[in-house]
Amino acid sequence: MLDLRQYNSLGKALRAALDRWPNEICLIEADRDRENARLTYHQFKEQALPLASALQNAGLKDGSRAAIIMTNQSKWLISAYAIFFCGGVLVPLDYKLTAAEQLQLLAHSHAEFLVIEYHLWRAITQSEQFKNLSVRTVLVTEAPLNADLAGAHRWEDFHAAAEPTFVPRKRTDPACIVYSSGTGGRPKGCVLTHENYLEQCVALTSLYPFWPGVRYLSILPTNHAIDFMVGFIGPFTCGATVVHLRTLRPEFIREAFTKYKITYMALVPTILKNLERGLRQRFADLPSGKRKILNALIATNRALTRRRPNLKISRTLLPQVHQAFGGELRALFVGGAFTEPETLQFFYDLGIPVGNGYGCTEAGTTITVNDLKPFRSDTVGKPLPGMEVKITNPGAEGIGEVTVRSRTLMSHYLDDPEMTGETIVDGWLHTGDLGRLDPSGHLQLFGRKKNMIVTEEGKNIYPEDVETYFAGLPVKEFCVFAANYLWPARTMVGEQLIIVLHPETGQEITKVLETEISERNRRLLNYKRISGYLAWDRDFPLTASLKIKRAELAEQIRQNRERSAVVPL
Amino acid sequence: MNTIDQTTDEVLRLAAEHFKVQRDQLSPDDDFFKKLGINSLQALDLLTRIEQHFQIELPDYELQGVTDFRTLAQRIQSRL
Repeated sequence: MLDLRQYNSLGKALRAALDRWPNEICLIEADRDRENARLTYHQFKEQALPLASALQNAGLKDGSRAAIIMTNQSKWLISAYAIFFCGGVLVPLDYKLTAAEQLQLLAHSHAEFLVIEYHLWRAITQSEQFKNLSVRTVLVTEAPLNADLAGAHRWEDFHAAAEPTFVPRKRTDPACIVYSSGTGGRPKGCVLTHENYLEQCVALTSLYPFWPGVRYLSILPTNHAIDFMVGFIGPFTCGATVVHLRTLRPEFIREAFTKYKITYMALVPTILKNLERGLRQRFADLPSGKRKILNALIATNRALTRRRPNLKISRTLLPQVHQAFGGELRALFVGGAFTEPETLQFFYDLGIPVGNGYGCTEAGTTITVNDLKPFRSDTVGKPLPGMEVKITNPGAEGIGEVTVRSRTLMSHYLDDPEMTGETIVDGWLHTGDLGRLDPSGHLQLFGRKKNMIVTEEGKNIYPEDVETYFAGLPVKEFCVFAANYLWPARTMVGEQLIIVLHPETGQEITKVLETEISERNRRLLNYKRISGYLAWDRDFPLTASLKIKRAELAEQIRQNRERSAVVPL
Repeated sequence: MNTIDQTTDEVLRLAAEHFKVQRDQLSPDDDFFKKLGINSLQALDLLTRIEQHFQIELPDYELQGVTDFRTLAQRIQSRL
């Protein structure tokens, strides 16, 4: 791989990679069983530079903010490189957000440029808030020839012949603004520097190396911090290949493994569990005799790889399982949310190690990951090289808040010094997660101190964001909480949000009100929905500026109500 | 060509078959995630079944933001 210590910016490192491995394949874009694109590093450069040139003509310069809203595909990475080449700051936004939410984050980030897929652009132009769009230049990919682009440019036609000028950046300059939450309430735009990414890349690839010939299957959206690192920066700075799959259909994921001989894939717990379910079903469908033999081979593999993985042994003992994954798979990465140990162990016993990790955007993606020496399914691994982890205010069992110090920590939250000051104290990032370090240095997680949930799909949901969807609800006051924040449960699975309702004096919670809550709930994306309500009969404690004192209210509820008082919706 | 009501009815029938529930337990305005207790990946499985039945191709993004059978049927209808 490149020696990333020699480079000051992602743009410079990527530029060196494109020249270092001109004939290696860097990108394959698959859509179901079709292949849309296959590019060498040289061809990637040939596509990106004319785009960079046109962006420079349009005024993109060092420090300009440029957003991308796209599913994972080749034009995402080409556009990102062109932005970095011009010295721009990338704002990768979640394509699964609603158009109104995307517009809000575009405004918050002060993005001047936007690269977006046609179907997503169409949704934005049809949104009531479209008139508020402040982006100067919009590039739309894959638009039909006769489409009205509402003033946007066609990405495929947006190129200039002149050689673009590479714009150097310092290590401490912002590379990306990544939103870890904040549609509705208070956007959390994590400003991550070039150094954050370069250091994280060095640390991750020291444990899970890439090299020319390695093929990484990208199914997580590239705006997701994990895929941005292990599905772009990591493989590109090592001369490896990224295979984009533009569908999450299980049958095409299975096909991609064998067709492209995949080496690594990152996923979130939901997809890993789905793979597990499919495999368990196939094993259960085997005739009894074959199933017994398979179980014996799995047990043998487990015994022989107890201390560390041995791909040769596993592939010999369980050839059909490994062939189903293409025969070249070395590891799966899972993160973004908590994964149950049984699932991790299931794959490890088959000879497919899962690099189970833990992290957050504020820490530059990954904080800990399983180093497989030996594999542990009951922890989220050890701190990455260069990452200091300490447990703050541990209780009798050693459980306290996970705090982190590293060169990968974000610079700050965009335009929010107050929240930055609350989150990073004396150089230590307070994650809000509760954990314990065991004697071998592995981190175990035990729930959250902060009022939020993480879904199995790796989505961070903050109650304040969800609350805005219930504005004007006909009650005296209401507040949304993570149920585990109100009643700590020492678990990170099955987390739910609830709404606390304080009716007016004499008002009852009627079926009509329940229906209104349910209807508003349905307008939320399914993973953001509240699961029940709690009736409360006292005034909420408020600050001088009439904001709810959430921690104080939570404490009152904790003292006076059991979780069983929550009425399911 | 199917009317939207016919398409909706066929979507409900396919969902009932696929997830092994009684057809009459499902209504067009049901939130299918909640009613069937499924996640987004399982919903994509249903989309594959629907594609085969109607002989169309529905990109994954067509399911984005869709939670009820009626809206899903409208997305299908626009591609028939």
